[in-house]
Amino acid sequence: MLRRLHHTQPDSFAFTPDNLAWATAQLTKYPEGREASAIIPLLWRAQEQEGWLSKPALEYVADMLGMAYIRALEVASFYFMFQMQPTGSIAHVQVCGTTSCMICGAESLIAVCQEMIAANPHDVSEDGNFSWEEVECLGACSNAPMVQIGKDFYEDLTPDMLRDILTRLGKGEVPVPGPQNGRYGCEPAGGAVVLADYESGKTQYNASVQLATDIGETVKRIDGSEVPLTAPWTDRGGRPRNGETPVEPMTAAKQAAAEKAAKPAKAAAKKPAAKKPAPKAEVAKAAPKVDATPTDDVAEKKPRTMTAPRKAGADDLKQLKGVGPKLETTLNEMGFWHFDQIAKWDDAAVAWVDSRLKFKGRIIRDGWIDQAKALAAGEETEFSKRVQKGGVYKDK
Amino acid sequence: MTDLRKIIIDEKEVEVDPAMTLIQACEQAGVEVPRFCYHERLSIAGNCRMCLVEVVGGPPKPAASCAMQVRDLRPGPEGAPPVVKTNSPMVKKAREGVMEFMLINHPLDCPICDQGGECDLQDQAMAYGLSTTRHKEAKRAVDDLDLGPLVSTAMTRCISCTRCVRFTSEIAGITQMGQTGRGEDAEITSYLNETLDSNLQGNIIDLCPVGALTSKPYAFSARPWELRKTETIDVMDSLGANIRVDTKGREVMRILPRNHDGVNEEWISDKTRFVWDGLRRQRLDTPYIREGGKLRKATWGEALGKAADAMKGKKVAGIIGDLVSTDAAFSLKQLIEGLGGKVECRTDSAKLPDDNRSGYVGTASIEDIDTATGIMLIGTDPNIESPVLNARIRKAWLAGAKIGVVGPKIDLSYEYFHIGDDRAALANLNEGEHADALTRETVVIIGQGALREADGEAVLSQAMKFAETTESKLMVLHTAAGRVGAMDVGAVTEGGLEAALDGAEVIYNLGSDEVEISKGAFVIYQGSHGDRGAHRADVILPGAAYTEESGVFVNTEGRPQLAQRAGFAPGDAKENWAILRALSAELEATQPWDSLGGLRTQMIEAVPHLGAMDVVPENEWKRVPLRKMGKATFVNAITDFYLTNPIARSSQLMAELSANAKARRETAMAAE
Repeated sequence: MLRRLHHTQPDSFAFTPDNLAWATAQLTKYPEGREASAIIPLLWRAQEQEGWLSKPALEYVADMLGMAYIRALEVASFYFMFQMQPTGSIAHVQVCGTTSCMICGAESLIAVCQEMIAANPHDVSEDGNFSWEEVECLGACSNAPMVQIGKDFYEDLTPDMLRDILTRLGKGEVPVPGPQNGRYGCEPAGGAVVLADYESGKTQYNASVQLATDIGETVKRIDGSEVPLTAPWTDRGGRPRNGETPVEPMTAAKQAAAEKAAKPAKAAAKKPAAKKPAPKAEVAKAAPKVDATPTDDVAEKKPRTMTAPRKAGADDLKQLKGVGPKLETTLNEMGFWHFDQIAKWDDAAVAWVDSRLKFKGRIIRDGWIDQAKALAAGEETEFSKRVQKGGVYKDK
Repeated sequence: MTDLRKIIIDEKEVEVDPAMTLIQACEQAGVEVPRFCYHERLSIAGNCRMCLVEVVGGPPKPAASCAMQVRDLRPGPEGAPPVVKTNSPMVKKAREGVMEFMLINHPLDCPICDQGGECDLQDQAMAYGLSTTRHKEAKRAVDDLDLGPLVSTAMTRCISCTRCVRFTSEIAGITQMGQTGRGEDAEITSYLNETLDSNLQGNIIDLCPVGALTSKPYAFSARPWELRKTETIDVMDSLGANIRVDTKGREVMRILPRNHDGVNEEWISDKTRFVWDGLRRQRLDTPYIREGGKLRKATWGEALGKAADAMKGKKVAGIIGDLVSTDAAFSLKQLIEGLGGKVECRTDSAKLPDDNRSGYVGTASIEDIDTATGIMLIGTDPNIESPVLNARIRKAWLAGAKIGVVGPKIDLSYEYFHIGDDRAALANLNEGEHADALTRETVVIIGQGALREADGEAVLSQAMKFAETTESKLMVLHTAAGRVGAMDVGAVTEGGLEAALDGAEVIYNLGSDEVEISKGAFVIYQGSHGDRGAHRADVILPGAAYTEESGVFVNTEGRPQLAQRAGFAPGDAKENWAILRALSAELEATQPWDSLGGLRTQMIEAVPHLGAMDVVPENEWKRVPLRKMGKATFVNAITDFYLTNPIARSSQLMAELSANAKARRETAMAAE
């Protein structure tokens, strides 16, 4: 496809203040004089902001990086992910047309796009809302046929489903991405055959769909205010912005990181749960670090168990990330009913429990003990909040 | 180099520098490797794949020899030297394959392509390609570019070697060209279809290995095998670029660069390359005599007789123009001084010290610029005074040299420190600290713009002082190709042009068109073009232009080079030395030579270093006594690159380029 600057161009382009701050922070990743390395992320952010790359946007970015305009055009015209023409104001639909999807019916999805959006790819629909194109493999072959709308994948589509999705998008809704035929992820259509027990810890959505619904910027035009600005590389020797003070990274993450470094992991696990943004990642990250040694090395020792829950009633162990309804039952059968029980497990106890679970290493991987400590202390984790809100586990 | 590495190329063992690429090592071994994108003076792209060779023991696939270094080769078993093959079946197959891909989208329009006969693709397809094609599908077509009046494009022929992109961005320092898109849709474009704004753009015609970029003025006018090629020297600027003049019959059809690492590498400026249409227009092809205020055609006998009559017993002054060869200058000096007159070559009144070669040539050679880490430009704009030299300075800048400019702010295609634009800035330099400059290898380049003012000698003295305190080499950048040679033979008068012309009754003007001659004197003009000098002449003696006679030219670094005759002068025009010799006979002061060879022998006797062709003599450093400068800003010598001499002024193409450049400047100013 011949990719050139579009014949109709806006007069100007400028990053939103937040995007500009983000872009300037990106520049600090690279040594002085090598700013041009940031060309792709910056062009991408410009496209996220405007939906496509216009000539003023290219020149704006090139000027920021001290590059010749033609060099920016070379990059933009080389990568097909950069849209060189205006896209739909709501969304740009990228239909995968490569083998798996084609065999599974991508051509009829393209027909839907032609019918509902525009006859030709890259043309904007009459109402200006949508545009579409056929793209090469997006790597979701087991969920073919699929389309990417905005940032997310809509998989296992039929033409009717795509019609429905486009109609709903047109009304301003954002349908839940992911498999549209009831599949959870990419397991066989008839349900999981292997690792079937692993189903236990299953959340409502698979991880990528969960992330998409959590972030909720599937078709959003990015203005930079979505997530706090971070520049963690400045701590690892990146140069400070404009030669001034280092970029002030996201406060919570920075503090948590600092605390983690300062205090033993035990204390760290408690803290982040109380912090407002993004401790989800915190727990997950902290846990594997606690002790990476496999439990095999540790002698098993049965921890204290209980035959029945205390009078106040058993804790909802499902609030632990990684413990689903089925595992909860197993734990109860072993004699664990409360968070504080789990919080007290030492290495030997972990080894004992681990050997009685079907999936080894899960306790450490998901960081049960740290979570349990937090929950036993009456705090909440990101995950437990979601569980309490409901909707994580399908109601049985 | 002690650390040489032994490798075996096609059973031939060679020792090479490990930093060399395989293609260079092959060249050293005398093995030819076909290539399209690789070029010694450009960065390595490695995208044409034509230079594939087999590395024995390496990965079982051909390797691009232009992008692989000798030090990357693994030794063979038991430390045997690595083996590279360029004639194995694998290489043959690889070359055939690459060639087949190359020709998939290349149009079969060789019969109407100007590159035909000197086309790398044609030659290599013959040598390394298959005789048939398996491609039956449609070929792609690409939109042509408008790169201005010099370079004609047929982009469908492009094989995407990106030499033009690399040349313009690396050497010429302009950023319009690039390659956009990918795969089959990759195309060489200029940003927003801008035309190229560089005085070196013609070189992309030579660099293009196919017929995608060809010369627009030369389009469809000759085939390479019909042309007679003469290796000679350019006179459009003082660099003395080595050129090849291609002639068909009497006409110069085109001018191409020759390689000379010490002078022009293999680039020439657009003026050098495209000035040839000026050699056909406004030519003086017969003698003229002014009668009753009007010039009329005359015979040689009449004209020489009239000139001799006018000169006999009168006070004669000779002035020597910018394009005059050293031989002609020497001859004129001999003739005029024999008559008791004076000669002068510094027609722009540049205050060049006549007896001090370190003052009018300097001590730096052009190659010194390559290794310089600090360069100071005083009152010069090398980008228009000598674009190829400017490319060298740019090369030094790319290698990390710091450039300073004393003079007007100019566009040099690289960054520089602007010290100031007036004499005070230069004086300040001499008062400042030079700790940094002393740690560097530095060259001071002073232009004619700085020297031709009334206080030129003071400016030179200050510049020389600066060069001395910073331990720099000095280069005097001339604007006239003949100037250094004329200075070398001593065609100067104490006191300069004014003193030479003072009270002269007869002025013998040898090809000087930039000088105003006041009324009164009888003027004999000897030159090639009907330009300003001829308009003010009473007798016109038509001479040969630089492509039409042999002559010694000494370039701005003081290197004597021999220009050869590529064709004959038009009509009755004669070689310059012959006219002077004939006139001397009429004057009964016959010159003691009967041939150019005789003249040259005597000239070399008088000025021995002119006999050592292509050698830059070392000049003894003699600092001009320090004087106080006036108070003025520097003005560069040339304002219009394209119209600096009578040949260029006669060229329609140069006029067009000049008008375009002016329009560009004006729109740029309007935009601001």
